[in-house]
Amino acid sequence: MTDTLHRILPQVQKPARYVGGEYNQIVKDKRDVDVRVAFCFPDTYEIGMSNIGMRILYGLMNELPGVWCERVFAPWGDMEEKMREHAIPLYALESHDPIKEFDLIAFTIGYEMSYTNILNMLDLSGVPLLARERKGLENIVFAGGVCAVNPEPLADFIDFFSFGEGEEITKEILVCYRQAKKDGCSKEDFLLRVSRIDGIYVPSFYEHSYNPDGTLAAITAKNGAPAKVRKRIVQDMDASYFPTKTIVPSTEIVHDRTNLELFRGCIRGCRFCQAGFCYRPVRAKGVDTLCRQAIESLEDSGNSEMTLASLSTSDYRHLPALADRLLDYCEPRKINLSLPSLRADNFSRELMLRVQKVRKSGLTFAPEAGSQRLRDAINKNVTEHEILETCATAFSGGWNSVKLYFMLGLPTETDEDVMAIAELVNKIVHCWRETASNKKRRLSINLATAFFVPKPFTPFQWERQISSDEYLRRVHLLQSCLTARGVDYRYHESDLSRLEAVLARGDRRLSNVLLRAHELGCKLDGWDEYFRYDLWMQAFSDCGVDPDFYTTRGFAEDEILPWQTMDVGVSRAFFLRERALAYQSVTTPDCRTKCAGCGARVLSERGVCDE
Amino acid sequence: MNRLLFEKRGDAVYLSHLDLMRVFQRAFKRADILIWHSQGFSPRAYVSIALPLPVGMESRCEILDFEIEDGAVELPTLAGRLNAVLPAGIRVLAAYESARKAKELTRLQAEVTLEYDGGIPEGAQQALGAFFARDSVVVTKHSKKGDKEVDIKPLLHSLEMTARNRNELRLTCVLSAQNPGLNPQLLIAAIETYLPEMKPDFARICRMEVLDDGNTPFR
Repeated sequence: MTDTLHRILPQVQKPARYVGGEYNQIVKDKRDVDVRVAFCFPDTYEIGMSNIGMRILYGLMNELPGVWCERVFAPWGDMEEKMREHAIPLYALESHDPIKEFDLIAFTIGYEMSYTNILNMLDLSGVPLLARERKGLENIVFAGGVCAVNPEPLADFIDFFSFGEGEEITKEILVCYRQAKKDGCSKEDFLLRVSRIDGIYVPSFYEHSYNPDGTLAAITAKNGAPAKVRKRIVQDMDASYFPTKTIVPSTEIVHDRTNLELFRGCIRGCRFCQAGFCYRPVRAKGVDTLCRQAIESLEDSGNSEMTLASLSTSDYRHLPALADRLLDYCEPRKINLSLPSLRADNFSRELMLRVQKVRKSGLTFAPEAGSQRLRDAINKNVTEHEILETCATAFSGGWNSVKLYFMLGLPTETDEDVMAIAELVNKIVHCWRETASNKKRRLSINLATAFFVPKPFTPFQWERQISSDEYLRRVHLLQSCLTARGVDYRYHESDLSRLEAVLARGDRRLSNVLLRAHELGCKLDGWDEYFRYDLWMQAFSDCGVDPDFYTTRGFAEDEILPWQTMDVGVSRAFFLRERALAYQSVTTPDCRTKCAGCGARVLSERGVCDE
Repeated sequence: MNRLLFEKRGDAVYLSHLDLMRVFQRAFKRADILIWHSQGFSPRAYVSIALPLPVGMESRCEILDFEIEDGAVELPTLAGRLNAVLPAGIRVLAAYESARKAKELTRLQAEVTLEYDGGIPEGAQQALGAFFARDSVVVTKHSKKGDKEVDIKPLLHSLEMTARNRNELRLTCVLSAQNPGLNPQLLIAAIETYLPEMKPDFARICRMEVLDDGNTPFR
């Protein structure tokens, strides 16, 4: 007889994502396992399986004897409905065992709008949502990922956060947990022990108090917890763990290819970019390491595409040599090599032509701002001249489509800056007419604007976000200036970006809002099909929290920031300096031209950055 | 033409036709066999799987055709090489050369297992036997283009019934495979429509053999 799960699977969309069984999934004999980890990604299978961090940590945890780490993803709405209807609790893909049976429940969080999915997944597992209601050593919930830079909105739900890169700290956590289990520790004792590991943040060990105006009055560490929790990093990228044998999904995922990470960190210092500051210092892998990892990964996965991934791929010092060696391997095997996030300034024609031999991919620019003045203010060091030069090279090489990404609502932005976006588009159209080698196919420009979200640990962390109305006014202003044919303009909805801004800089009082939003049914907020702004607004109002406090208000420079317990290495003084320069529209050279003294070097044992 | 006979079982039944093609494209690469790529803007490794299997259905007799980019492939060892790198549930049973065209594959033998949680209803075998012996069985076929009335009887070439245990009744049938084919799921739809009291709580379906007009296995 067929069990309930297998009876409901034929009734849901894409059932393959709910059964596991892919090539390279890891199954262990439970008798050899004493620590079981449910590694949860708070979004769908297709998004989660595209995440390189999850792949690294899945491999790493499973290499530890006695540890079995399995994957868990958020089910799509139809599956969730069936699971609730038939009382099937959330289960792990490898064993199909309920999450409730696991020792540790780990979340990797890369996006604020997935917070309600965390709550929903715990709820579907039958695990209490609030950390204080989970009493024993079983079902310890911890989290990492880029959102750990401001863990406060999740403070009530997560037992502890693992801050920074997970390659080393994750092992330390597992060792600590196993010992605590052996010693028969209480949960409190275990949290005390784990809080002694560098990079661990236990929210319940910190007290936050507020002023009558709602700003933070004090953050007090208790139980001997450190006043500052410093981000962990991998010191040597060549020596660090990297799995080349990883799960190959049988069903299509978002990034359905091999991802080769060239380096961590970024030398650019775009003032809006959280990743650019939070992943410093810059640490690269060597060409030999990369070629070995690339070939092993491709041979093992059978992938027919590989992406060279990094925050700014063309800043990899040995990119031409690397690309040559990789292409020598890829071309005869019909493997497509893609190089995203190339900069316009050194996007060489030769490289472009070589790469397109296997398959021609698109041309994408993210100038972020339309005018040179505003690009200088945000330190996006790309000039109009460089953009047009690159377009000319591409158009004469046969490209006919360009994607352009901008932001609206950046600090100091004026109507002139907004209109300058349309002017730049017109210049690209003109450039195409002059240089295109193939005019039979019309030029197509995909233009997209996002709503600027100020993020912690950037020079703009104190900035106000403009109101949704003002954002939409600027959208319509831009729209009215776009006269060229063949331009497809899309803009991000204001509601989602406003909420993202609230959660990104939120404090502990948002835990209540999250809980209420979850009760009201908010989930999969990153998906248009499910996002319910009205329910979110109701949650804020039910909890007496004003979203504007975190958005249009802005934060004063002398205010205590909710995330200031966390230390990413880059100093507050540097962020203040960069903020002042932004207001003068003065750029800061990239780290390779001149070290700007951001402070991230303190994280390196040898005091080095970008060797 | 190089051909594989493979099975799709267990949780692999949830893979879609497109998923399955991708699985094989990758498996060939993993086995270090460079198969022929389609030409054009975005070259793809070319594999052709006959008669797309509906998602959720098991099969012991899937047919996949492929060509090698250049040179030859050693067919006797191919099944072993592919099976070492295929995901759970997909297993190659044979690899061989064949000149027979997929259009000669006209019939399918399928097993439909009806699950009754409260036990097989009394008289089910007689009632179902008589029902499927009718001259015509018209059911509504739902498709993207809308609903259509079809008579499934001319597409149902034979049907045998056995009780496997007190909860499971198995129909073993030979059906038309294409132009037009009969999805075994429609047999369940017919029971639901005409014999609602015999409606199973669940039905699982397995494609057992691909046949030609003469009811001999197609290879």
